[in-house]
Amino acid sequence: MRIEGYGRVDRDVSLDFSFDGRRFAGHPGDTLASALMAEGVVLTGRSFKYHRPRGVLTDTSAEPNALVTVGRGAGRDPNTRATVQELYNGLEARSQNRWPTLSLDLWAVNDLAAPFLGAGFYYKTFMWPRAFWEKLYEPIIRRAAGLGALSGEADGERYEKAYAFCDLLVIGAGPAGLMAARVAAEAGAQVILCTEEPRFGGRLLAEAEEVDGQPGHLWVAGVLARLRGMDNVRLMPRTTVTGAYDGGTYGALERVSHHVADPQGAPRECFWRIVAQRAVLAAGALERPVAFGDNDRPGVMLASALRGYLHRYGAAPGRQVAVFTNNDDGHRTARDLARAGLNVVALVDSRHDAESLAGEVPFFPGWQVCGTQGRRRLSGITLRAPDGRRDVLQVEALGVSGGYNPSLHLTCHMGARPVWRDDIAAFVPPAAHVPGLTVAGSANGAFTTYGCLTEGAEAGAEAVRVLGFRAEVADNIPQANNTPNRLRRLWAVPGRGRAWLDFQNDVTVKDVRQAAAENYASVEHMKRYTTQGMATDQGKSSNVSALAILADATGRDIPETGTTTFRPPYSPIAIAAMGAGGQGAGFAPERFTTSHEASLRRAAPMVEAGLWYRPSYFPVKGERHWRPACDREVRMVRDRVGVCDVSTLGKIDLQGRDVGRFLDCVYANTFSTLKPGRTRYGLMLREDGFVMDDGTTARLAELHWLMTTTTAAAGQVMRHLDWVKQAYAQGWDVRFISVTEQWAQFAVAGPQARDLLNDVLDAPIDNLGFPYMANGAVSIGGTRARLFRISFSGEHAYEVAVPSRYGAALWDLLVARAEALGGGPYGMEALNVLRIEKGHITHAEIHGRTTAHDIGMGRMIAAKDCIGRTMAGRPGLVNDREELVGLRPLAGGTLTAGAHLFAPEADPVRENDHGYTTSACFSPTLGEERALGFLLNGHRRHGETVRLVDHLRGIDTLCEVTAPCAFDPTGGRLRD
Amino acid sequence: MRLTCPLCGARDRREFTYQGDAIMLTRPSNDDPTAFSDWLHLRDNPAGRTRDLWYHEAGCCAWLVVERDTVTHAVHSVALVEGEDAD
Amino acid sequence: MTDLIARSPAFGLTPVAYGATTLTEGPWQQLTALMPFAGQTARICTALQDAYGLNFPAPGRLTRAGHTTCVWTGRGQAFLVGSEPVQDLARYAAVTDQSDAWVTLDLTGEQAAEVLARLVPLDLSPRAFGADHAARTLLGHAAIQLHRLENGFRIRGFRSMARTIVHETADAMAAVAARAALD
Repeated sequence: MRIEGYGRVDRDVSLDFSFDGRRFAGHPGDTLASALMAEGVVLTGRSFKYHRPRGVLTDTSAEPNALVTVGRGAGRDPNTRATVQELYNGLEARSQNRWPTLSLDLWAVNDLAAPFLGAGFYYKTFMWPRAFWEKLYEPIIRRAAGLGALSGEADGERYEKAYAFCDLLVIGAGPAGLMAARVAAEAGAQVILCTEEPRFGGRLLAEAEEVDGQPGHLWVAGVLARLRGMDNVRLMPRTTVTGAYDGGTYGALERVSHHVADPQGAPRECFWRIVAQRAVLAAGALERPVAFGDNDRPGVMLASALRGYLHRYGAAPGRQVAVFTNNDDGHRTARDLARAGLNVVALVDSRHDAESLAGEVPFFPGWQVCGTQGRRRLSGITLRAPDGRRDVLQVEALGVSGGYNPSLHLTCHMGARPVWRDDIAAFVPPAAHVPGLTVAGSANGAFTTYGCLTEGAEAGAEAVRVLGFRAEVADNIPQANNTPNRLRRLWAVPGRGRAWLDFQNDVTVKDVRQAAAENYASVEHMKRYTTQGMATDQGKSSNVSALAILADATGRDIPETGTTTFRPPYSPIAIAAMGAGGQGAGFAPERFTTSHEASLRRAAPMVEAGLWYRPSYFPVKGERHWRPACDREVRMVRDRVGVCDVSTLGKIDLQGRDVGRFLDCVYANTFSTLKPGRTRYGLMLREDGFVMDDGTTARLAELHWLMTTTTAAAGQVMRHLDWVKQAYAQGWDVRFISVTEQWAQFAVAGPQARDLLNDVLDAPIDNLGFPYMANGAVSIGGTRARLFRISFSGEHAYEVAVPSRYGAALWDLLVARAEALGGGPYGMEALNVLRIEKGHITHAEIHGRTTAHDIGMGRMIAAKDCIGRTMAGRPGLVNDREELVGLRPLAGGTLTAGAHLFAPEADPVRENDHGYTTSACFSPTLGEERALGFLLNGHRRHGETVRLVDHLRGIDTLCEVTAPCAFDPTGGRLRD
Repeated sequence: MRLTCPLCGARDRREFTYQGDAIMLTRPSNDDPTAFSDWLHLRDNPAGRTRDLWYHEAGCCAWLVVERDTVTHAVHSVALVEGEDAD
Repeated sequence: MTDLIARSPAFGLTPVAYGATTLTEGPWQQLTALMPFAGQTARICTALQDAYGLNFPAPGRLTRAGHTTCVWTGRGQAFLVGSEPVQDLARYAAVTDQSDAWVTLDLTGEQAAEVLARLVPLDLSPRAFGADHAARTLLGHAAIQLHRLENGFRIRGFRSMARTIVHETADAMAAVAARAALD
């Protein structure tokens, strides 16, 4: 029902919405919870385990009961707290965890079995047989107990992540947060003020409190107007600060567009990483209920929530209401509800010496509520007098207050533990917690408005003073209520009926006592045994009560019992927000060569090489899959000429007087002796003696060198060069920079390679002037270019490089000329076959566990100090190694990479393993399959027979062991 | 986590690559394989102060020695491996 | 004789506009990496002063004179932008042509900083990142150079990543524009 004259919703505008298909109306400013309440809907969900009917408990994000699914289709949002969801026109919400309907939920049969389903039931019952867990027990348990479900389709909604920076982050915008932000902002600091609610003001919007002689919400409006007018203040509504991390970094979730029907491309949520020099936590406090029999009946709410729904939304769950409290704050609920014209039939205060602060409301000091009546909603409560006498009252709603718990969660995110304050019967933040964070107001245990205003102002001022700003607090604290809240502890009312603690996970007082009785006496054990506090609300309304009951059951006091660990996030965050931007192309950057589009025009399928995309083959008419194309491209290179984009290889430009010396240090072999105009193959080791990478390095001029790396290891090599230079070569005259992107580089390979090049070079080359392993400057159409006579294919070959702007043009030119000579472009498949035929290695062979010795290059390690030399000499890296060999089938059969090698007569089991294969292909040049692999002492075993077994693919082939190089072993073709 | 790079200023940890113990800076001579092996492979795992190597890969590409506390996560100092005036 | 046709790094990818924010390919300028040799920083400063009237920049800064800029790009490294390198520079520094290695993208408009807040882990407020600041940092997963323009920011990324950088920036631009429309 709506209460006239109350609430700050816009009653002139009506918003349609539906719940479980029934249509309702609310107003702008409503939450789904307040709108349902105003429409008389009290039953909003079923509990997790017993399917008990449940209604709204809170008016905050800590809501354990009112979880609904909002929206439809792929992007529907399960487990949305109705207390947080703002109403918009057309909102569709559905209840969860019920079958077939919310009011008739057949799974409620679980509730009848409750005597058997207590703490530890699943652990004790479904222990064996083990196999039944996955197939039988778990699916059934999951269907019967649970939360809402995702659609199972890809969520097409937009989410985002963002960074923000400030001097002061203020978390919470109640009286303390507003004061902290105002004082800091007026001092000139950059301030971010976050509130998880849609409006700033916190509890001041939910109370009949005056600040500075005016209604609280008007004072809030005044402060906000001032903050809005300052360009050093950033206001972030609907933003929950969810975690405190190292270095003043805070995580925060902004709900950007959950409150509108059509976001029109705006993100749904944004996950912020806020870097703050200082922060003030002013997150307030959360009321906790008192446990008593059947205290989960829909209509039983927190007293502060009843008051909040009245003042914020003008909504109440019924006309006949009662309040049950152990502290003065509950009286304010009774007072405000009575003033609003509701029939407050009882103010029950468990303290026998309490005095009523609620005027004419019938007052029951020393009495307790010990039971409730009703089925799907509350119809009455049972009171028990100090003398044991009982009375039953007809009510539609009951407000319960057991005191307040400061929202100190963030202070404990880096390992601190809260401390117990007996006077307010609550945990408060410890003296030292998150560096740079201070706590103010109710979050710090200051439970009066004046206390909040004062602490907020002081915390804001102190925080920015540390940063060098001049901040004034002095006479700026507004007048406000400063009456302390008196309280006498009461966690649970003894008596019959199940008294609920954790509403979301269906944990009762009895469950906690049972855990203690079974010796799960540590709070962490009790938590896991009962699941107390393990639901999506993380026990915000129940943990402290549960551990107080555990303390009582184990005969310890509360500080001794301690709390469980607080971890981020404070409230749930959708994975979609954490992973925002990571879908599709956002998963990893893509790197494209200058010939990419030309390759696509030829319908070349792309393979990923690190972040790069490279053509795998270039199909011509009639080629339906890769093999014919690959075979043709290999023959083309061996017989005519082929062109391949090799721009993805890392290229590092080195200059300076000490480059030769430096290269001698990072390469296993010697480079300082290399002459300008010459190029040399180099092998780079890691410090532990294993191979890091290989490639060629050209000496372009006396003091100018160009190193190439493999595509895969370019980043690693750059990091390594930086390391060696900065750590071991300090002061050396060596300067280097990546030029990978500067040059588009193409391999031109095959017997007609020189013919092709002489077609395009401005000045022709010949064998004498440009022999194998030469390099030099050339020009193409007046464009400066670099030419290297190097070969990966084993053919007479060159690599020609031009500045990248000309890459696309040069590629087209080279391909056209190659085709005129009967050749054409070749891709990764052919490149791979060509190098396997030659026994050349790639990272398939230098995979991190192979040494220079293993790949037959042990003798390349020069007699000089270099990275990896000492460790490469370890006996374990020299003796009885698996060494690189070639393999050919003895009598047909298939060779695969990843197969294992055995002696022909041996059982193909692990104990007999003699090695493995790393690369395999069909060689069109040799007309048979060829493989490279590592065989135990393989260098000495050429000519032997081994058995290749691929257990995964069911392949078993007898092979002859050969040298790795199977084609043109003398290298004559390179030098022609 | 944030590190204050001596060249770039305070930066987000995602700009940095972690390497390991700063003992790697004191490379022993090549002629003692045992000392070399110990240097390369044996590491302390202290609860408290450590000296680690970090590489500002997405920034200035400087290698850094970071003194920090593995218990409190406090960062005590960040220094260049090779000072700008080394050469 | 063959005439090779040049193609710009962001060919066909820009301009992109959402709301009041625009992403365009920046001017195609001469980029030269300068890495002073051991002990030569003072001499390179003199050479730069003589040739262009500017200094070798301090870490995290850029220097400007006329149409020439010298942008700090890393440890012991700066890019000379907008002018051909004079011969003298190579005596004191490793000089490397980088003109084809980078895609230059200009993000302009009032909400340019808001867009970059989605992508770049840096405080880009004017007090932390002024007109003479230059940073090496990340844009999403991509390593970039960044400095201010009068009405926005200049982003330099690897040429091969032009498509990814444009795509990610455009995505953030669309989100920022859609947010603005919400209010």
